[in-house]
Amino acid sequence: HYPHTPTSFLPPPAKYGGRHTVTLIPGDGIGPELLNHVREVFRFSCVPVDFEVVHVNSAVETEDDINNAITAIRRNGVALKGNIETKHTMAPSVKSRNNLLRTSLDLYANVMHCQSLPGVQTRHKNIDIMIIRENTEGEYSSLEHESVSGVVESLKIITRNNSLRIADYAFKLAREKGRRRVTAVHKANIMKLGDGLFLQCCREVASGYPDITFDSMIVDNTTMQLVSKPQQFDVMVMPNLYGNVVSNVCAGLVGGPGLVPGANYGHVYAVFETATRNTGKSIANRNIANPTAMLLASCMMLDHLKLYDHASSIRNAILNTMNETRLHTADIGGQGTTSEVVQTIMRFIQSKGQLTSEY
Amino acid sequence: NRFQLEMQTVTLIPGDGIGPEISSAVMKIFETAKAPIRWEERNVTAIKGPGGRWMIPPDAKESMDKSKIGLKGPLKTPIAAGHPSMNLLLRKTFDLYANVRPCISIEGYKTPYTDVNLVTIRENTEGEYSGIEHVIVDGVVQSIKLITEDASRRIAEYAFEYARNNQRNSVTAVHKANIMRMSDGLFLRKCREVAENYKDIKFTEMYLDTVCLNMVQDPTQFDVLVMPNLYGDILSDLCAGLIGGLGVTPSGNIGANGVAIFESVHGTAPDIAGLDLANPTALLLSAVMMLRHMGLHDYGNKIQTACFDTIRDKKVLTKDLGGNSKCSEFTADICRRIQDLD
Repeated sequence: HYPHTPTSFLPPPAKYGGRHTVTLIPGDGIGPELLNHVREVFRFSCVPVDFEVVHVNSAVETEDDINNAITAIRRNGVALKGNIETKHTMAPSVKSRNNLLRTSLDLYANVMHCQSLPGVQTRHKNIDIMIIRENTEGEYSSLEHESVSGVVESLKIITRNNSLRIADYAFKLAREKGRRRVTAVHKANIMKLGDGLFLQCCREVASGYPDITFDSMIVDNTTMQLVSKPQQFDVMVMPNLYGNVVSNVCAGLVGGPGLVPGANYGHVYAVFETATRNTGKSIANRNIANPTAMLLASCMMLDHLKLYDHASSIRNAILNTMNETRLHTADIGGQGTTSEVVQTIMRFIQSKGQLTSEY
Repeated sequence: NRFQLEMQTVTLIPGDGIGPEISSAVMKIFETAKAPIRWEERNVTAIKGPGGRWMIPPDAKESMDKSKIGLKGPLKTPIAAGHPSMNLLLRKTFDLYANVRPCISIEGYKTPYTDVNLVTIRENTEGEYSGIEHVIVDGVVQSIKLITEDASRRIAEYAFEYARNNQRNSVTAVHKANIMRMSDGLFLRKCREVAENYKDIKFTEMYLDTVCLNMVQDPTQFDVLVMPNLYGDILSDLCAGLIGGLGVTPSGNIGANGVAIFESVHGTAPDIAGLDLANPTALLLSAVMMLRHMGLHDYGNKIQTACFDTIRDKKVLTKDLGGNSKCSEFTADICRRIQDLD
């Protein structure tokens, strides 16, 4: 009874002459420079996408900026973003801008595909895990209060609707991608009602997909299994916080935050970013950040806009640079700069004979 | 005359399943090492006390209150309705507020991660495990995570004291204060305050997700980690996974009033119980942790060295470690090495 399925989503209508407009939020840290590189590659490859840039200042307390960004995304339907820093020095009432964006736009599914890349040296090989994480509720409900001085309650909300919705998304995606098994990650032995409800919803949805195996695993055991035998996992679905943990563990296993793209899908909107959402303040503006994750995220966005040829062209160039040319940035053990990697990617695109502009 | 150390009493809770046999193994090894420990065996199966409340047997409580130190094997989780988790009951009875797990790579037991040497210190009384859940309306559940100033301060203080007493260089507070602004914010604030009194220890803060991301890429960057209950649960198991799993990971629970209970955190393994196949390493390393806690470092080091040498040698490993020897053979090998070390 949900109108949305992963493939049948209709992108927003292109604006003028077949060109799409996409909201771009630079964010903080390495966001701006990585997104500049995305624009550079798009311009070079003549991708018919125009970016509407919306800045969100993480240093102000008012929510005007983030509301503007949200409005722009409602207008365009699609966004590409860097991470917006949440400053601890500010009062607790100043909520995470990233979280506000996700909940306001009801981007209920965070999807991350973690695959071992042949050109990257890691301890574990042959990892191919799809993580589907509930993105709007759970521990990220931002409902906290201090009942008595020195005693704080933080509410974790689990609802039947959102649990069914995310489970449904996971199974549909698994079927669409030809995956065989979905594992629900939970802590229902301790949080009997909350995670119990989540697990029950997953089971209900699973019964409608007899072709896909469904099992469940407690979150602490899951992390232990991930660091010893990650190849056992196929598709994983889980509530928000466990999703945060599992995503980051998996990203680390395949080579780090610089490699994996992430997508946030709702029924109506889609926002693309790096999977582990790092601000990367310590490496900002030094030309050392890995552009792979953000560039691959932009390819996911192009797929979403049904610009498949452009997506493939850029993706192939990225993977070729990673696996064949082996030009790596420092985070994966190399000595290449961000711009060297980007330029190599663009040269590869050009070499394939596609239409490119001067760079 | 040789100066003899006074015998110290330790309450031993063998537990269920493989518990009794691994406890015997530990006792045998301690005897060989001539450790000045007198074991007082007790059973902690919950009973209903006056007033209908579940409690641990009075003789067990009495023993622990007197000895202050306990060593515990795995306990069966009761399925009977209304019967609380034994671990939870122990935790509440002795206010075991800190769960401490040193994770050190075992040289002879290869995992993809070498040189792991960190300690997770987990707040064990509140947080997400308060057990407070409600169905608000049909289909909407609310679980309450509780963070208090007192518990946060107490665990932070323990973490820094531990770091100082064990010559560790840094303490990292693990949190998600970007999302849980008030609760984790409070936890973080208390850690910062306590850090002020321990200027000799380096204090850092890191998001839970960043810790996870970095931990699986390079665990050597971590030293002592302190965190609220849920993150501690997940991270301590993640770290156990790095060094080889629950079968080789020691664990200690620190309570109020000087009580400390050390335990193996694996299950009861009912399928191999009584067959002399169990691996006593986790319980043994927890017992070593206990010796160090009691100030008996020499005995602790001796036993640990013997245990690690046996594992490194690979000649008498139990099945879970990749061999096909018996528990008794593994134990005998450790005892032999202890005698050689003397």
